Order: sequence, then structure tokens, then C-alpha cells
Amino acid sequence: MEAERGPVIEDRTFVGVWIVLLFLTLLLVVSGKLFHEALSVPALLTITPLKAGLVFYYFMHLKHEGPLLRTMVFVTLATLVVFIGLLFVDISYR
Amino acid sequence: MTTSAHPPPHAEGSYLDPGGRKGLLGWILSTDHKRIAILYLVCLTVLFFAGATIGVLMRLEQLTPGSTIMKAQTYNAMFTLHGVIMIFMFVIPGLPAVFGNFLLPILIGARDVSFPRLNLASWYFFVAGTILAVMSLFTGSGPPDTGWTFYAPFSIRTGTNVSLAVFAAFILGFSSILTGINFITTIHRLRAPGMTWLRMPLFPWALYATGWIQVLVTPIIAITLLLVILERFFGVGVFDPAKGGDPLLYQHLFWIYSHPAVYIMILPAMGAISEIIPTHAHRTIFGYKFIAASSIAIAAVGSLVWAHHMFTSGMSEAANTIFSLLTFLVAIPSAIKVFNWTATLYKGSIDLTPPMLYALTFIFLFSIGGLTGVMQGALALNVHLHDTYFIVGHFHYVMFGGTGFGFFAAMLHWFPKITGRMYSRKAAVASWFPLFVGFNLLYFTMLVLGMMGMPRRYFDHLPQYHTGHVVATVGSWFLAAGLLMLAGTFIIALFRGEKAPANPWGGVTLEWQIPSPPPVENFETIPTITRPPYEFNPVEAG
Amino acid sequence: MTGGVRGEVLAAGPASRASHRDPLGAKIGMWLFLFTEIVLFGGLFILYSAYRARYPHEFHEGGQHLNWIIGVANTVILLTSSLTVALSVTAVRKGRQRRAMALLALTVLLAAGFLVNKYFEWGAEIRAGLYPNGPELAGRAPGEQLFFGLYFSMTGLHGLHVLGGIGVLLAMIGLLWRGRIRSDDFVLLENAGLYWHLVDVIWIFLLPLFYLSA
Repeated sequence: MEAERGPVIEDRTFVGVWIVLLFLTLLLVVSGKLFHEALSVPALLTITPLKAGLVFYYFMHLKHEGPLLRTMVFVTLATLVVFIGLLFVDISYR
Repeated sequence: MTTSAHPPPHAEGSYLDPGGRKGLLGWILSTDHKRIAILYLVCLTVLFFAGATIGVLMRLEQLTPGSTIMKAQTYNAMFTLHGVIMIFMFVIPGLPAVFGNFLLPILIGARDVSFPRLNLASWYFFVAGTILAVMSLFTGSGPPDTGWTFYAPFSIRTGTNVSLAVFAAFILGFSSILTGINFITTIHRLRAPGMTWLRMPLFPWALYATGWIQVLVTPIIAITLLLVILERFFGVGVFDPAKGGDPLLYQHLFWIYSHPAVYIMILPAMGAISEIIPTHAHRTIFGYKFIAASSIAIAAVGSLVWAHHMFTSGMSEAANTIFSLLTFLVAIPSAIKVFNWTATLYKGSIDLTPPMLYALTFIFLFSIGGLTGVMQGALALNVHLHDTYFIVGHFHYVMFGGTGFGFFAAMLHWFPKITGRMYSRKAAVASWFPLFVGFNLLYFTMLVLGMMGMPRRYFDHLPQYHTGHVVATVGSWFLAAGLLMLAGTFIIALFRGEKAPANPWGGVTLEWQIPSPPPVENFETIPTITRPPYEFNPVEAG
Repeated sequence: MTGGVRGEVLAAGPASRASHRDPLGAKIGMWLFLFTEIVLFGGLFILYSAYRARYPHEFHEGGQHLNWIIGVANTVILLTSSLTVALSVTAVRKGRQRRAMALLALTVLLAAGFLVNKYFEWGAEIRAGLYPNGPELAGRAPGEQLFFGLYFSMTGLHGLHVLGGIGVLLAMIGLLWRGRIRSDDFVLLENAGLYWHLVDVIWIFLLPLFYLSA
């Protein structure tokens, strides 16, 4: 039963991820509030997806899911990215 | 098991007459996918005829110049209502809700879908949305006059009952989403032992691709409609130029859903055709893998072409070019299907049964619709054709000639299985003549009117378009007569049709291996699948 | 997979509760629902990105008027609530029902705290006239009006989902109490957790977009 339902994740793993998330949030606030736009925007654009990725990978256990679910998540996110991309083909060049 | 003094008109133990709750409650509380399909069928039939009646009335208005039977404001409400009913309450739920619900579990060898209660919930959402839409006709300042597309800024500023109508569409979206979630999961989890993906029939493949579109784009229309409501009530400004908003972004968001929505409409119909042609030609389908893959390709590429509805709206030239190119590409997988269906007929043992007749008609009408679509995808042509009757003709060829006739063909094909009765083949074929003649008189004329410059959604028309309008309206009468004849064929068969055998067409997919109508649990024992889906032994044909 | 796992189970005979269970199917269904939520908010993110590209200065201006301290506090609250709900799933799997219930109760408390913060935050902005069609906002540049329109729409929709999530989590506590969720049947809690984590992810994106827009 346990093998079929994936491994039981120990508390310390979750706590560890939580601490990293708090630290990343601190980084985010510092770069957003203190740095110049040229530095803070790239920082925001890297740290934020990283935080989201940690939640997906550990809290939502994508780390332990099979290729089926991972592919589905990828397809969904890719669809959103493509929508934004094609939209910007319009608004960037108007 | 029911017992009675008189023999029941259908098999005891069928889904039509199981033990348990009796009467109406037994239907509207049922989580049996077959009963839910019938619930949808009843609603969709009523709504289709309501929408068709409005269409006939619109054509009557256009019979003479100036006001014929209604005022201009009424006409605006009429074409809005016609679109909202036909699109959101007939064509989008359409085949998935009726034939998907009834047949998907049976075709893959399952007893029901993955989430039967969610399935019933999707019907409740559908009914709720329909009731809200009807309410929007009679409350507030009258029915919306924006067209089914609800373009900002007019939809934000008009006093008519836009908020209630778009909220109804929002609720209807939940019905679509839940169906998609259910079908995707069902196909992943409940295929019978031995049924690999490549042994699965083509209707489930089509429903799978459709399910993904339902899941991935319906929420976009949900948020767009929600924003229209927020704009109307709170003035958030997202589509209001005075506050920095851009009406063109409304169009983008609207069409990001509404274009893939047309593939929600057509893919299941194509899937049904892919079942009907091999069955009635008694020959395996040509190019099974290509047809399966093309369903996925249509879903994928079809999600990238939405802005071809906006070529004249003021987008950048770059966007116009890219979307035009993508639009040409999306025609390819559809064409692959048409070629493969046609190739399936070659050296087949063709039985020109009513399902086959209507399926062949689908191919013809859909091809005209598809080709006119490609024409519209060309930027130079689009400048002249946009917002003319050419567009109206085009989408009726694909949505009505395509999905509509696909729905009829599916009904003719699976009616004996669903009801346990057979209809009159003569009546079904007789209905075809007024349907076909009326359809083309009505909609081909529109293609011509459009090329001549007749704008759509206009209450009145200039004298040079008058002849075309008269021809089209006469066509609508033939069409209406054919629809009534076809409906009558089915209704009479319900009460007086001969008992149908389990396999009236000599089909080889799983639904023909169980009784007509099916028992509640579909299969006595779940089959184990070892062969591809369309293998016809010459001995079994006919 | 050559055919559904359930297909083989059902081939054995009529339905029983045990043979109808399909936790992987339930999980797939839940993820599909989460995809619809991702796309729902995605539509708003699409609008945000389009308007941000058009009005970078006004968006920066608007962001200065938001209370970033409450924003960050709420972020910490939601991240912690994700932790507690994840811990509750582990607790159930180890057979520790009461610990799971306590962790869920803590999650609900944190979620309620988030909404209380939001109440005060919005209250201040509304009192200052900084809301769609509000007096203070009407006098500002169009792009800034749009910023606040998007701010209230997106955080409002998110807040509704937090509220819904509280309901779901309370229901999970109830099901744990009744023993309906156990170490050998916990997919309901797992799925509720997935929903809650997505609510957290959406806020992870909302924070920099509105509160830290440099």
C-alpha cells in the first residue's frame, strides 16, 4: 500500500523547505525594496518561480510523482506561457 | 429486477428500468452515466429548437427591407440570444454531454466514468446556467444586445442585462470543465484490461483531446466574463480606455477561449464520424494512428490561432502575420481526417444507411466550412470578408453542417443502442432531402451575400442584397421542415419503433457486444482486449 | 499502462467500496481541477503583464501605496500554512489522527489570520479613496487606476479562494474526526492539501507583482 501511494515524507523535509522559502522571501523583499530596478526585476523573475517550484516539487510532491502528472503540469504551464508569448507579439509591436 | 403484468417495452435490468428510485427522482438524482446522457439530451433538444426558432424568426425579419416583424433593438437581442443558446447551450455541451457520457465508458470497457457524482453535478451546473440565461431575458432592462461575443466597451456600457447573461455563461463553463476533467481521468484510469491507448476507439481519442481543451481554456472565458461583471459594477478599468484599459485585450482573452471552443465543438463530431464510417463501410479505418494524432494536433495548434478573429481590430502587423500562418497550419490535421475517412470507404462494403448518409454529408459540409475558414485566414481576403455574411455562412457550415450533422449522424447511429428501438430508415432518409437542400440554400447564399458585402448583425439590408435574403429565408423554411421531420422520426420511434437488436449495423466496437438498451452496469464481465478496435471479419459483415 | 488498474479490479465482480477506490484517479482529477485554477488566475496574470509592459511607471507608483509589510506578513502566514497542511498529511499516513487534526486547525487559524490582515489592508486603502471609482484614485493617471483595479480583482479573487479553502480544511477536520480519512485512505486530505498549496503558489506570484514592483 505504501509503495503504491508513494513514500511518506518526513517532517524535517517539509520544515527544511519551509525555511528555504522564508529565506527566499527575505531575499525577494530585500532586492525589491533596496536594489535598483535593473537588478531587482531579474531577481524577482528568478526567485519567484523558484519559490513556486519548491512548493510544487516538495509540498505538492511532484518530486515523487510519475511522468504522467509531471507532463500534465508542464503542458498546463507551457500553454500559459505560449498564450502570453503570442499576446506579446501583438502588444509589443503596436 | 422489475416484474409487471405487462411485458416491459425494453429489456428488464436495462438502465431505463433498474430497481431503486422510481420516477423523476430516479432520473435527476442518478449518477449512471447513461441516465445523465439522457438528461442532457432532453435539455439540448429543447434548447436547440428554441435557438432554431429564433433563427427562423431572424430570417423572417430579413425577408423584406425595413422592419418586417420586429424592431431593430429586438433584432439585436435575437441574434445575441441565438448565438448564446446555440453555442453555450447546444454545440459546446453537444456530443460530449450526450454521446460522450453515454458511450465513453462502454467504448473503453468500463462500468461508468471516474467521477459519477461529479458527472451529475455537471448537469446541475448546466441546468442552473440555462435557468440564469432564461432569467436574463425577462429581468432588468431586457435581453443583452451585444452579440454572443459581448465585446467591450459596448458590453460594459449597454443598459441591457449583460451581467446576468455572462454570469449564466460563467456557470455553464463549470459544466464543460467538469465533463472534461471526468473524461480525461476516465480514459487514463478505466480502460479495460488489454486496452492500450492504440487499441482505444477513435471517439474516446477525440473526447480526450476535447477534454484537455475544456480544462485548459474554459477558465479564460470564466475570468473574462467575471471581469465584465466587475467592470460593470465596480469600474475596475481593465477594458476601459479612460482608466488605461484596452478593449482589444478583451478580444484577446475572449478569443483565447472561444476559438479553441470551436474545436471542443467539432472534435467529438469528428470522433463520431470516425466510428460511423468504418462501421457502415464494414472496413477498418484508414490511418488510425494519424486520425488519433490529428485530434491531439487540432487541440494543440487550434489553441494558437485565436487572433484570426481580430485581424481588422487594430493588432500589430506582426501579430496578423503570425496568426494567419498558424491558421493555415491548423487546417492540415483536419484535412488528414477527411482524407482518411474517404480512404476508409475505398473497397469497403458500404451500406448507405441513414448514419452513413448523414456522415458523408458531414464530410461534404464540413469541408466547405473548413475551406471557407482557410480563405478567411488570408489577411487580404479577411479585410473584405470580416463581419460580413461570409463569416456567418462559414461558421454555420462548420458548426451546423459539421457538428450539427455530426450530432444527427451520431443519433442515427447510436439511437438503437440507447433506446433499444429502431427508427424508420425511410423517414430518416426522407428528412435528409429538405435538410440538405434547405441548409445549402440558406448558408451558401450567405457566403455569396458576404462576398457581395452584406454586413452581419445588421437589422436591415440594402436593395442589392434583397434577392439573396429571400433565397436564404426560403432555405431556412426547408431546413426547419427537415429538422422537424428528423425529430419526428426519432420521437415516433421512441413509442412505436421496432425492438432493436444488440448489433443492428454489424459493428465491432464494444457497445455492439452488449444488449440494446444496455444494462445498468454495462458489462456482465469486463472484457479483456487483445485486438485493435476496427477489425472486420468479412464473415461478420452486414 | 496496458489498461486501467481499476479495470482489472472491476472485472472481478459487482462494486464494493474497496474496489471502487482509485486514489491515483482521484489525484489526477484534482490536478486537472488545479489546472483550471492556474489558467483562471493565468488570465489575470496575462492582463497584468500586458498592462505592466504598457504602464511601467504608473505600476511602480501604485505599488508604493500598498502596504508591503502586510503583504510580506501574509506571505509568511501562507507559507507556514502550507507547511502545516503538508505535515498533517504525513501525520495521517503515520496513523496520528489527532496530530493531523491539530495541524489542520492551525492551518485554518493561519488562513483566517491572512483574511483578517486583508480586511485591515483593504480597509485602509478604501478609506484613502484608493479603489476603483474612488475619489483619490479618480484623480490619478489611467495606468495607476488600472493597477488598483487589477490589485483588488486579483487579491480579491485570491481571497475568495482562501475563504473556500478554509471551508475545505474544516471539512477535512470533520472527516478526520469521523475516521473517514485514515492512514489507508487519505486521498481526500492529500487533494485538499494540493488545493491549499496552489492557493499559496498564487500568492507567491501576487506578492512581487503588487507589493514589490520596483
